[in-house]
Amino acid sequence: MSTPPSLRGGARERLQHWLPRLVLSPSFVLVLFFVYGFILWTTYISFSNSGMLPDYTWAGTRQWSRLWSSWTWGIALHNIWVFGLLYIVTCTALGLLLAILLDQRIRAEGALRTIYLYPMALSFIVTGTAWQWFLNPGLGLERTMHSLGWESFSFNWLIDANMAIYTVVIAAVWQATGFIMAMFLAGLRGIDGEMIKAAQIDGAPTWKIYGRIIIPQLRPVFLSAIVVLAHLAIKSFDLIVAMTGGGPGNATAVPATFMYSYAFSRNEMGIAAASAVFMLAVIAALIIPYLYSELRESRS
Amino acid sequence: MSAGATVARRNTLGRALLYAVLAVFAILYLMPLYVMLVTSFKPLEEIHQGNMLALPDTWTFAPWREAWGSACIGLECSGVHGYFFNSIKIVVPAVLISGLLGAFNGYVLTKWRFRGHKIVFGLILFSCFIPFQIILLPMARVLGILHIANSTTGLVLVHIVYGIGFTTLFFRNFYESFPDELVRAAKLDGAGFFTIFFRILLPASVPIIVVTIIWQFTNVWNDFLFGVSFTSGDSAPITVALNNLVNSSTGVKAYNVNMAAAMVAAVPTLIVYILAGKYFLRGLMSGSVKG
Repeated sequence: MSTPPSLRGGARERLQHWLPRLVLSPSFVLVLFFVYGFILWTTYISFSNSGMLPDYTWAGTRQWSRLWSSWTWGIALHNIWVFGLLYIVTCTALGLLLAILLDQRIRAEGALRTIYLYPMALSFIVTGTAWQWFLNPGLGLERTMHSLGWESFSFNWLIDANMAIYTVVIAAVWQATGFIMAMFLAGLRGIDGEMIKAAQIDGAPTWKIYGRIIIPQLRPVFLSAIVVLAHLAIKSFDLIVAMTGGGPGNATAVPATFMYSYAFSRNEMGIAAASAVFMLAVIAALIIPYLYSELRESRS
Repeated sequence: MSAGATVARRNTLGRALLYAVLAVFAILYLMPLYVMLVTSFKPLEEIHQGNMLALPDTWTFAPWREAWGSACIGLECSGVHGYFFNSIKIVVPAVLISGLLGAFNGYVLTKWRFRGHKIVFGLILFSCFIPFQIILLPMARVLGILHIANSTTGLVLVHIVYGIGFTTLFFRNFYESFPDELVRAAKLDGAGFFTIFFRILLPASVPIIVVTIIWQFTNVWNDFLFGVSFTSGDSAPITVALNNLVNSSTGVKAYNVNMAAAMVAAVPTLIVYILAGKYFLRGLMSGSVKG
């Protein structure tokens, strides 16, 4: 600058220079404190002697070994594995199938899409309440089948410790499939038609065109769908509380319900903190590489 | 161009089968909602005798009245209406404040970039994905220290803090594609930070404001984890009240009342979805696929 700005103009300029940062700072401070500060605090608690109240004396890995020797935690890990796998595979397969079917110039596409997607707008507590009633062993589906003439029909998964987790899978799939379908549908609409036309001219059958050309091009959508579903699965809490309350017994306990009960009913803060840190570590291992690649791609 | 449209060929039998499969799925998806609705209009005797899928022989609004005004939740027998209003008291300020903060953040992070803006965005963005179990214990203590534990005010704070990530993401991605030239020209004309935001960007932001409001509204209304962790009794939101109503083990289970209460909890988000499904879907998509 050739002429020095007046004092007033300088102050104004400095303000304009700092204003953006000033406007951003409340949010950033909130996030630093309530997210990263809290993560550090919880992590420290998982290495402390805390029980009902925080106790900041260092206890090494005591809480972690208590967590790992807990029978319920074992069940919770087993359940989240079974639930997560079935949930991801079923939602992805069903979502892809519905998307492909809807992509055939269907007349009522808009209405059908609305129907498949509406469960996503519901609270998991509503979904859980509805499905708990729907699958009620005495009065729900079972009774309905009997009254329709299928006398031997029996469906008591909800109160069967070995099967209850599968009822949660059914309800969760019902809720999320429409969303996965929408993701695949958007992917299908973005595929270049040239290669498909070329394959058709060569006389390739439809199933082959889908198997060899279309589905392989949906790879990024598969990745997004799997990350989203895995993330939802690990966080699942509401649906299980509403449908089974983690029962019968501990049969449908998952890490999120385990953490909640150790934190707020059993007053075992240390173990609860350790289980929460474990959940965060799993999600971070999943999300950070994904976000990194997504953000880098969008830059180029 | 859709892949299917290119592949599709005329084949009457195939088309009929296709529509049949789609219709079966549509029925399966609507079934739980249908069952909830018809159950909520049946007297209890009819539920104990009859078929879940049948329409009520005698229609009654009594279960809805009871769910709204007189069903017992814990020791309190005044239905879910108080909790419904709690949820509204939480949702409105939480959505507005987190939305406003997100809009400013998105604006700064795209049009007033400073060194380290990427790392700031990355740190804010990651907060969308943390499992909230990691913050439950310290948040319970902080709310206690601030004397807003067990209050709707406390839940407002919680929802603002953990809503910033998504609102910032939405606005940042939207403003990213807003032409820089317009902003630069305004700066040359001497327009300041807020003038540019309120005069130029905000009027063009209606779609993303709608997406953000719908997303935040749905998330906050449907929240259960924060509600059950940080409130009890009178200050609980509707989801917590619904769960307490349905899963309390005392007395005869009034399934019709439970279903009516579930419908009360579901209606606001369903209305939003039906009125603005397009924007709802857009929020879902940008919440999963970063851009």
